[in-house]
Amino acid sequence: MINSMPPGLIFIFGAILIPLLRGRVRQAYLLLVPIVAYVNLLNIPEGSGFILNFLGYELILGKVDKLSMVFGHVFVIMSFIGFIYSIHLKDSGQHVAAFLYIGGSLGVTFAGDFITLFIFWEIMALSSTYLIWARRTRESDGAGFRYLLVHLLGGLCLLVGIIMNVSTTGSTAFNLMQLNNLAAYLILIGFILNAAVPPFSAWLSDAYPEATVTGAVFLSAFTTKTAVYVLIRAFPGTELLVWLGAVMAFYGVIFAVLANDIRRLLAYHIISQVGYMVAGVGIGTTMALNGAASHAFSHILYKGLLFMGAGAVLYMTGKSKLTELGGLYKTMPITLTLYMIGGFSISAFPLFSGFVSKSMVVTAAADQHLTMIWLLLSISSAGTFLHTGLKLPYFTWFAKDSGIRAKEPPINMLIAMAIASFLCIFIGVYPSALYSLLPYDVLYEPYTAEHVVWTLQVLLFTALGFFMLLKKVGGEPYITLDTDWFYRKGASGFMWVLNNPMAKFGAKIARVAFETIPSSLSWISKNPMAVLKIASDTVLLQFAVPEKREEIKHRIEMEKKIYPGDIIMHWPIGTVVLWVILFLLAYLLIYYL
Amino acid sequence: MEKKEFNYFDKPENIKRLKIISYIALALTVVIDFFVVRKYVHFSWENVPGFYALFGFIACVLIIVLAKFLGHKWLMKREDYYD
Repeated sequence: MINSMPPGLIFIFGAILIPLLRGRVRQAYLLLVPIVAYVNLLNIPEGSGFILNFLGYELILGKVDKLSMVFGHVFVIMSFIGFIYSIHLKDSGQHVAAFLYIGGSLGVTFAGDFITLFIFWEIMALSSTYLIWARRTRESDGAGFRYLLVHLLGGLCLLVGIIMNVSTTGSTAFNLMQLNNLAAYLILIGFILNAAVPPFSAWLSDAYPEATVTGAVFLSAFTTKTAVYVLIRAFPGTELLVWLGAVMAFYGVIFAVLANDIRRLLAYHIISQVGYMVAGVGIGTTMALNGAASHAFSHILYKGLLFMGAGAVLYMTGKSKLTELGGLYKTMPITLTLYMIGGFSISAFPLFSGFVSKSMVVTAAADQHLTMIWLLLSISSAGTFLHTGLKLPYFTWFAKDSGIRAKEPPINMLIAMAIASFLCIFIGVYPSALYSLLPYDVLYEPYTAEHVVWTLQVLLFTALGFFMLLKKVGGEPYITLDTDWFYRKGASGFMWVLNNPMAKFGAKIARVAFETIPSSLSWISKNPMAVLKIASDTVLLQFAVPEKREEIKHRIEMEKKIYPGDIIMHWPIGTVVLWVILFLLAYLLIYYL
Repeated sequence: MEKKEFNYFDKPENIKRLKIISYIALALTVVIDFFVVRKYVHFSWENVPGFYALFGFIACVLIIVLAKFLGHKWLMKREDYYD
């Protein structure tokens, strides 16, 4: 009766079994679930399905059309590759987290309403954090916390936007939005935070390099690309995104120059590549949207491959800094070869996947005569090859001999990389396989003579520039400031303010309230009349004629000296009784009046 | 350690050979550009043969110089900066 189920739930419910399984059975299970999910995906009918009722709202778990399907396909394929890569892991916590994370991404992709979208959005944020913490270093603890806080803040922004949107429109449907009210802006901020659009990008370059070797492979694929998906769905043709995307592409490239950690360098190139997709969404023509979707597809595969290659180096050498690596080609040539296929793909070499997808966005910008945008994207293309295809491999596998003689990684890692490599080349050689999945008909022809020749010119002369400046481009043992400065230094600044001026102020209040005031009150209460006398004499002193001053001063001094003085002398018992009687009378009068 | 290490790229004669191949490839991409029939031209400079070779080279140098300038003047900090 049931032919299919919501793709996200296969992974989320599938996660329950993982801790119960052991050894080979678990390994088989990890690969079986993505296969089941893929078969399920092929059988899922188009349209809105899997509708639940929740507090009077409709939750649509299966909004299926070509756009959600293209992301669904690549997410499931990447999950399969990722589990081959991480199948040797004994830590079932990481497998569970990866399952929930993938389930969350698929849940967002097929969500037809905002409530469903938000629930899966938060599942992604929480489960992905574990992939960072699981590395169990001091750095990963801190980076994971920052990652989580930023994403919870972004999620909160999204939630407020959703609530405002639902209360004004009365509908929870997740669809095309107009960027003309606060609710839409808040939702957009929630989305572009996950897409790592600067200034909301530092969480990515901060956290991904600190994640586990296998965790980073999953991280590189899902969060930013689900964000691209929701942007295509809700905000196509938003002009703001054109500029954000182009600046983002360039920003990622500039910061990648300064990165010394190989996975941080790759992380900055995620930001850069997602910039092309965001720009494509902003341009909003059918070619640009096709370009954004297809580039997301090929990006997931080649970026996964690059992170697998860099992860293999980290796994086998324990090192990830360019300044500490070098000369690995002697013992890790297979890893190098597979990494380079990813490097050629991201650089958009002809016959590799990036060539057939990235160029759609760049050409779409040119078609719309967006010269500045085209220029930023084209310069960034050169920068992409410069780092991912030249700098990283050169200083990791060649350059100086670091003395490290690390072996090739375990066979499962190499198989995972080989599958991703095959797909990168397959898409590059046979682009219509990818184009047939895209949401709109493709009228674009990547393999024209001039496109091939010009691309090769840009890339090869970039390489020339690289080798000419070889002495200048190497990694340097420094870290780079990014927008995480504001909350990292901001937090310690806040703590400083609490610990210094605020703490001093607090101590002063305590001293005044608990020492100064009580002690003066007790001083006054010893002899209030004498205090009044001193006070009145002090006032008198201010108004006294000069010749009387000395006398009054002397009197005050005397009064202070003898204070509290002989109280009984001034207050004979009769006077006290008189006062008591007077008070009692006053009390009686007040009572009877 | 009797197995001989793979060290192709440590031998100067191999590096020299690769350099020659690279220079030929560079020259070839520019020379071919003179004969390419242009189907789609978006910008006028695309009619200039070899334009993109210059573009790639300048873009590469620009990125390195700009980034290193920003890095050394401002963005790069010691690794214990946040500790």
